[in-house]
Amino acid sequence: MISYSDNEMMAIAAGRLINDGDVVFAGTGVAMLAATAAKRIYAPRAVVFFETGGIDPSLDEIPMAVGDSRVMSGTSLNSGLIEAFSTVGHRKLHTIAFLGAAQVDRYGNLNTTSIGNYYKPGKRFSGSGGACDASALASGIIIFMQHEKRRFVEKLDYLTSVGWYKGGNSRQELGLKRGGAIAVVTNLGVLRFHKETKEMYLREFFPRASVDMVVENTGFPIDVSGAKKTLPPLPEELKVLREEVDPQRLICQSDMNAPPG
Amino acid sequence: MERCPEIADKLMPLDEAVRRFIFNGCQLAIGGFTVNRNPMAAAYEIIRQGIEDIHLVCHSNGQALDILIGAGCVKRLEIAYSGNGRFAPTCVRFKKAIEEGELEFEDYSNYQMALRFLAGALGIPFIPTKSGLGSDLIKYGGFSPEIREDEKVANLKYAVVGNPFSSEKDEILLLPALTPDVTILHAQYVGEDGTVQINGLTFADLEQAKAADTVIITCEEIVPRSFIRLDPDKNSLPSFFTDAIVKVPYGAHPTACFKFYDYDPAYLKLYRKMAEDDNLFKEYLDEWVYGMSSHEAYLSKVGTEMLLKIKANPALGYAQGLERK
Repeated sequence: MISYSDNEMMAIAAGRLINDGDVVFAGTGVAMLAATAAKRIYAPRAVVFFETGGIDPSLDEIPMAVGDSRVMSGTSLNSGLIEAFSTVGHRKLHTIAFLGAAQVDRYGNLNTTSIGNYYKPGKRFSGSGGACDASALASGIIIFMQHEKRRFVEKLDYLTSVGWYKGGNSRQELGLKRGGAIAVVTNLGVLRFHKETKEMYLREFFPRASVDMVVENTGFPIDVSGAKKTLPPLPEELKVLREEVDPQRLICQSDMNAPPG
Repeated sequence: MERCPEIADKLMPLDEAVRRFIFNGCQLAIGGFTVNRNPMAAAYEIIRQGIEDIHLVCHSNGQALDILIGAGCVKRLEIAYSGNGRFAPTCVRFKKAIEEGELEFEDYSNYQMALRFLAGALGIPFIPTKSGLGSDLIKYGGFSPEIREDEKVANLKYAVVGNPFSSEKDEILLLPALTPDVTILHAQYVGEDGTVQINGLTFADLEQAKAADTVIITCEEIVPRSFIRLDPDKNSLPSFFTDAIVKVPYGAHPTACFKFYDYDPAYLKLYRKMAEDDNLFKEYLDEWVYGMSSHEAYLSKVGTEMLLKIKANPALGYAQGLERK
């Protein structure tokens, strides 16, 4: 049996959700790995771009941050933040944003700001960055999480980025005409959202995880009735990931997702 | 220093630029993004000159923001993001200062901050966006009514209004414009005619510069007029937006400068380690900022070996194969 890290399984599971031709907005860490892997393996006509303004970089080396010079190299175009967000929200494009967070709730809303009292928090994180913007403007977001009870919560300490808001049609009623949370990819599996209620449910659990592990590590009741075991990473997927996407093993090697904080 | 008659009144050493244009309590915007093109030499000089009570307005600033906060120069902060990628997912001194209640702060998003600078540049009082509707960015303001009386602080963080051009319900968020007292950018080139050229991504640098009363440009090279005018499509800002031009090679170290050098992973790791502990951080500031008479002295301390390691491959823009673990 081939061994692989959690980050590799997560990047591959998320990459499988990308369709050819999608325009993919990548954040940092495993999100960047997934975006790059998606293009190299599943969706060669997908375009990866960054909130800092780099469109379709060659990504010969994996960037460590969205401000890394590697997102400016071999691009079709270098621009700035305003141009990048005009791409994220463009009505002509199907844009998918990869985001990480410290907390997620059952409707795919995210917290990347702080834990505890906002004004004097127990733990402060980096803040929204482009996450609030991408979740407001993109056609959909895919969220990366470490699957822990304290991260899958009934109520966020701070709602930085809107997913399905309060479920049902509430996102649309806010004035956000498109978008919403497509999936949450964790170290245990892939969670999706019910079509009508917009509540999170377990769609797939990873080969090394189980339905029980997901239930135990989720801080709200979760529907697991239709969950199936994920296909493990294929040798050719791992080969591309390790040899082409992250040859320096900067992200692949780690078993820890890199959430803010 | 180069002799450039067209910009003779603007060309000056770094200490003079900071002394003339940065003042206690000023509202300051700094260019760059997380680990790229932060005006670090200028930040070090601000710390050395003991400037206090800065009102920093940022989108995603990393290293310069963190060191200015850590050195106690910042009183008030409007911010979207504070992180250094894998080197510090949340900037360490920023995190400590917020958790210990030492800063007046308000959170926005990157796009919102970029739009606020754009509004400032366009001379309009506010700018609309859909981003932020339903989020706690709207719910929690950080500034007290007393702070809101300050002329550089808007009297509301946001306003939500109905779209006046639609007959249906369509809510939209209005963001107040920003007009910083000073913006500092680090650029690759300034021409002898004062034209500024930034290579690679410009982030929100140009909006930040055009929104400000005063603009300080630090740069890697001052180049002949004929060179900067060879391909005007590449240029970023005309001379008349700039007030001070300072040549500071490696002026963004330890952050990257596209086509010139990469970020310095060893330095950023050392910084993170020292920033985690209050006493070590004091030592860090003494050793690397207060103890340095100039940016040249700082660079000799960084050392030739590292400067060569991070030297960018000019075709790629970064240092290929750089040890980054």
